Amino acid sequence: MKICVASGKGGTGKTTVAVNLAAAVDEEVVLLDCDVEEPNANLFLQGEFVDKEISYVKVPKVDESLCDGCGKCSEICEFKAIIVIEKVCMIFYDLCHSCGACYHICPQRAISEVDRRIGEINHYKRHNVQLYEGRLDVGVAMAPPLIKQLKRHIKEDKICILDAPPGTSCPTIETLKDSDVAILVTEPTPFGLNDLILAIEVTRQLNIPFGVVINRSDMGDDRVHNYLKQENIPILMEIKHDIEVAKLYSKGKLIVDEIPEYKDMFLQLKDRVFELSKEGIVA
Amino acid sequence: MEPKEVVIISGKGGTGKTSITGALGALFKKLVLADCDVDAADLHLIVKPEVIKKEDFYSGHEPKWIEEKCVFCGTCEEMCRFDAISIDGTKLHLDLNSCEGCGVCVHFCPEEAFLFEDRWCGHWMVSKTKYGPMVHAKLGIGAENSGKLVSFVRQKAREIAISENIDKILIDGPPGIGCPVIAAVTGTHFVVIITEPTVSGIHDMERVVALTKHFNIPAGVIVNKWDLNEDITYKIEEKCKNEGLIFLGRLPYDPVFTKAQMNGSNIIEYSESQVKDTIIKIYDKLINVIN
Repeated sequence: MKICVASGKGGTGKTTVAVNLAAAVDEEVVLLDCDVEEPNANLFLQGEFVDKEISYVKVPKVDESLCDGCGKCSEICEFKAIIVIEKVCMIFYDLCHSCGACYHICPQRAISEVDRRIGEINHYKRHNVQLYEGRLDVGVAMAPPLIKQLKRHIKEDKICILDAPPGTSCPTIETLKDSDVAILVTEPTPFGLNDLILAIEVTRQLNIPFGVVINRSDMGDDRVHNYLKQENIPILMEIKHDIEVAKLYSKGKLIVDEIPEYKDMFLQLKDRVFELSKEGIVA
Repeated sequence: MEPKEVVIISGKGGTGKTSITGALGALFKKLVLADCDVDAADLHLIVKPEVIKKEDFYSGHEPKWIEEKCVFCGTCEEMCRFDAISIDGTKLHLDLNSCEGCGVCVHFCPEEAFLFEDRWCGHWMVSKTKYGPMVHAKLGIGAENSGKLVSFVRQKAREIAISENIDKILIDGPPGIGCPVIAAVTGTHFVVIITEPTVSGIHDMERVVALTKHFNIPAGVIVNKWDLNEDITYKIEEKCKNEGLIFLGRLPYDPVFTKAQMNGSNIIEYSESQVKDTIIKIYDKLINVIN
């Protein structure tokens, strides 16, 4: 069961929901921190380090002794990652999408593919939770290839919770796709609603059943509630604003550990999510 | 006259970038606003732009399958590195959500059974606001956010600043450190980092600070909701001292942030508050630093 926690707007509580949900359930869980640009899950889980793997993508390497400067690689590249100027071939690794087009097209077979490091996958363990955290190297532009590699750690026979990045573009789509169900976390404010609507459009486009968690539900107004009612979208959980919870959060505490009522709330969330997935209806 | 670009980023989402961009924008005498959070743009909700131009944004290409020419040889499926093509008997499914637009299927199909068409990515807009011109965009659902639209928004903002003789551009940046952020930050004059005094906030701040150092751009820090955790606020101030960052100021946790947003207002214009006074002090410090 692959549960993706996403949002649209940043700072609504995705990581809080993903990590507390993982910690609350009484069975083996795989937690994937797919917010590879700013991974925070282990700040709260505080799991014990198990191992690490370095993440690579393929980039072209030109054998200058074979290259005749024909420029076909540069013509075929959609990303301007390989440019030929005066028969000299230059590569811009940050722009390369590792598609292999240049490698395949080179008539002299002068291009081979080599590994370029983009980040790492750290594995932590805490009680029932195996956390795999993707951490993009600072300065690397593209998150999706690392997210894709991180998702290889999904175990089909276990509950897998994916903590998505904020936004609704390629890193979020890479995380969301193929999930069985999505939890969209929002807040009842104009920014919250604006961005939730975007996240809903993407989730619908990916045909994934979803429900919404409203965080800080009593701060703001009822625009989000009204919208969800109007669209027949299930509200899976509401978390009231609580300055004490915010302070615990600031210190990196898990709410389910600190306040027992929250553990019950998250167990109920788990049940609702499973029901949603069973129904299979995309709201 | 080269306009000065100041970009507001955070690393962590939800620290208050957009609210503070709107507030600072109200204090600048003359400026161009650029909303470069093209993925989840919110600045328009508080600055109330009047759109005067709206255009389509095309970037890259996407394949279009021509069924009549296909012989189902499977070359495209085998060569696609993004699992965007799957063939089942005499059905070919092209998943545009996974497609990167590399063109490998198009170029290597032995039957030339794909067209390669311009890919629509969203809209960009030029608007009028009471603070000055604004350039913003809306990325299409599922469209690639490669930073090209962000770069485009900045370029348009620069063109307007030059033609209207405006010397400052204030950019509302996206969260994270990936290509949209890189596109928002490169070549700017000053980066303002908005953070919060939480373990996540300081962790994420460290990564965006590393990014600004990578691009060699001076940066300043504002701590929002500082009284949530005084220890971490202090840690952040120390970090600024040790790493050559300018500490611009700290804002208290105050419901006025949300109230102003609910009212569709700018914090500066909503009501008198300690937050408003502090933002004015931050603005004074920022202007000094930029000039």
